[in-house]
Amino acid sequence: MATVELKGVRKTYGTTKVIHGVDLEIADGELVVIVGPSGCGKSTLLRMVAGLEVITEGTIAIDGTVVNQREPKDRDIAMVFQNYALYPHMSVYDNMAYGLRNRGMNRDEIDRRVRGAAATLELGALLERKPRQLSGGQRQRVAMGRAIVREPKAFLFDEPLSNLDAKLRVQMRVEIKKLQRQLGVTSLYVTHDQVEAMTMADRLVVMNAGIAEQIGTPMELYARPATIFVAGFIGSPAMNFLPGRLEGGAVTLAGGARLPVNGSAASAGGDVTLGIRPEHVELNPSGAPLRLKVELIEHLGAESLIYGKLEGGGELTVRIDAEKEVAIGSTLALGVTTRHLHLFDRAGGARLN
Amino acid sequence: MVENRPFANLAAHVILWLGIAVVAFPVYLTFVASTHEPIDIVNGTMGLLPGGVPFQNYADALFAGTKQIKSTPVLQMMGNSLVMALAIALGKIAISIISAYAVVFFRFPFRMFFFWMIFVTLMLPVEVRIYPTYKVVSDLGMLNSYAGLTIPLIATATLLFRQFFLTIPDELVEAAKIDGAGPMKFFRDVVLPLSRTNMAALFVILFIYGWNQYLWPLLVTTDSSMDTIVYGIRRMIVTSDANTDWHIVMATTMLAMLPPVFVVFAMQKLFVKGLVETEK
Repeated sequence: MATVELKGVRKTYGTTKVIHGVDLEIADGELVVIVGPSGCGKSTLLRMVAGLEVITEGTIAIDGTVVNQREPKDRDIAMVFQNYALYPHMSVYDNMAYGLRNRGMNRDEIDRRVRGAAATLELGALLERKPRQLSGGQRQRVAMGRAIVREPKAFLFDEPLSNLDAKLRVQMRVEIKKLQRQLGVTSLYVTHDQVEAMTMADRLVVMNAGIAEQIGTPMELYARPATIFVAGFIGSPAMNFLPGRLEGGAVTLAGGARLPVNGSAASAGGDVTLGIRPEHVELNPSGAPLRLKVELIEHLGAESLIYGKLEGGGELTVRIDAEKEVAIGSTLALGVTTRHLHLFDRAGGARLN
Repeated sequence: MVENRPFANLAAHVILWLGIAVVAFPVYLTFVASTHEPIDIVNGTMGLLPGGVPFQNYADALFAGTKQIKSTPVLQMMGNSLVMALAIALGKIAISIISAYAVVFFRFPFRMFFFWMIFVTLMLPVEVRIYPTYKVVSDLGMLNSYAGLTIPLIATATLLFRQFFLTIPDELVEAAKIDGAGPMKFFRDVVLPLSRTNMAALFVILFIYGWNQYLWPLLVTTDSSMDTIVYGIRRMIVTSDANTDWHIVMATTMLAMLPPVFVVFAMQKLFVKGLVETEK
């Protein structure tokens, strides 16, 4: 049980700045997910918390104590790796017991903990097997078992589900979330998959090129993304972006379509990028300002995705219920309610409304 | 891939059989010769079938040595060879595995320079450095000793282990760090068990190398009780007027071949297993 605090954390390799100053406070028992594209620095951040990378500037504190100078084994953390990192020549039991044995725990206590974790993870029948005799999902559970038996202050997950097939991934992320809730251990989880991030996080950190662009609950990030990057990253299918001009309380898109805005943006002006989520586009509302020529339809079963070109330029993706029939080549009349409009400054990408 | 070439298969097998015959036939002849009286061997009436005095010949060889020229009993010579080969093989493995571990898992100044120096010495066989090595050994008073026989030949198989250690994933090292294993613990608990198959393969190669050493033992030992068996065989074959005890020589040769063959068989299971199965 512990809090994890990152203050002004920076990382430089030689002259290359990789992390530009991250501040994050993780409450006791919280599962925080760090999500971002490849190369954004999320794994580096996790490894700095683990002690596998040296911190160039800033402090990391676990349970109130600054751990910058501490070795990984003294930080009381446990890590689950992307490639599981199981010891190939040891049995499942020994894999889980190794860390405890190194800490001089007595045999009965080790046995109790290993069997307990094995029971929770349904590995009881596999304790004598070697890693090469296990499937991917089983290996992942052994890796988690190895972390659980340590009863650490924090769990660190480094893209643990990336090597699993899609179905197993869905299953495992539910299991991990339930397990984390049950054990109540503070967890830091790194992934590039925004679906994993949204479903598992108590709070989410979206990272881009070494900066934490936004930190908040999944719904906060979904409803009010702070930057274009966050808006385009969270939500699947991705948000539509259309360039336009904001003046006189409305956004005018290329081609003349005019959508009114309210709130603080109503009095502002300038070049903006308008963001509309595919699921927030309405068909045939009164006074529909947008006209879409349908080019492609993707049927997903429960819903369908419509891709098309707007009159006046620009492409749009729309999500509709599968029941509605739409023909390719037809023109749809579309609109968006004001509260679902996201306005971003065209130059900086910051949110305006 | 589906292959349907019976003729090529047959040709391949024929070639294999011929090759085996060419290699195995002299060994068979040696065996046959080792079971005959010396007279039969020398005057050509030996034939292709084993003769009648196997036990006598082998007993003579093992315990008495040749009569015409005084030589040490083969049993003692085999003992010398065994000590030498084992010491060389185990010594080389021990030193090279530790130096490869240092080069791969640690960072220190001139690390790669040292590694390449070691690699360069790999390319120098004993014969090239024989003169300075002899001087050093003799100055250290190690002539005519087991130490003198073995230590100068423990150069390194560092390269082999280094290449293998580079295949150990970084994540494994990190997981071990988080599990509280320091460098030596990691070496003992993770690296050594994973290196077992490499060590077996290396042991076979180095044992045979050590067993077959001729030049170095020739130089370093003058006391005939320290003779190795390879050298001993050479000594038994006389080029001057005296008659060579061919039956003893043949028997000795057969005996000399046994330990390396035994080592290969013993280790084969281990390193074929390692080559075949993939560790994950």
